[in-house]
Amino acid sequence: MEQKTKINALEGKQELTITRDFELPVELVYKAYTEAKFVAQWMGTNVLKLENKKHGSYVFETSHEGNVMFKANGTIHKLIPNQEIVRTFEMENMPIGVQLEFLNFEKITEDKSKLTIQVIYKSEAHRAEQLKLPFVYGLNMAHNRLQEILISLI
Amino acid sequence: MKLRRDVFQAIADPTRRTIITLVAASAMTPSAIAENFEYSRQTISKHIQILTECEILEQEQKGREIYYQLNPDGMKQIADFIEPFRKLWDDRFNSLEAIMKQHQSNNT
Repeated sequence: MEQKTKINALEGKQELTITRDFELPVELVYKAYTEAKFVAQWMGTNVLKLENKKHGSYVFETSHEGNVMFKANGTIHKLIPNQEIVRTFEMENMPIGVQLEFLNFEKITEDKSKLTIQVIYKSEAHRAEQLKLPFVYGLNMAHNRLQEILISLI
Repeated sequence: MKLRRDVFQAIADPTRRTIITLVAASAMTPSAIAENFEYSRQTISKHIQILTECEILEQEQKGREIYYQLNPDGMKQIADFIEPFRKLWDDRFNSLEAIMKQHQSNNT
């Protein structure tokens, strides 16, 4: 079966492309990106600020047991409803740096759409840091799981 | 377990990427690899050493010569390392789809 979410990260480049086919009208995918309550739900974060306008900005924050685990912010440069968002994105206190994102919302049929996100990093090394994050996290999770199993055996 | 180096470090450098491409075609001795570069033998040896430590290259002794070749397991690690990132986005988008479908049916 073909994967619904694809990542294209060519070697030697400082960008990557994320594509996703949705079984949703394009309007709803756009809405999921521009209405705070939906962003909060699918990103699993608190939306402290989301100004959907040219030169508007946004701030996301995720807390776990009272501690801020993740904070991200950015500026919106361009918005064309149901078509396009151009914005910056930055995860605070991370070695990834600011990234530039071009989001393209495309209508396929009345209830099918495609989202293409082109992400540009400061350098290839910054991109590697981004890709590495879930990988290392996954390794740690696997490691923790292994530890749990070992502990339960003792 | 703490590896001294990781595969990401290995592919972060353009010279090392060229070495990987060269060795991918056929196993090579260090001097044959070095002939492809204008850097000193010593510099190339250093890069080969890093690639070996990262387990991307492996050594094979043939007679008096040491040949370097690709270690398929090391290369697989590089190929697989995007997968967790893809999975993360796939999970997020699945949740976006579920939430918006719910919203859609609530409004019809």
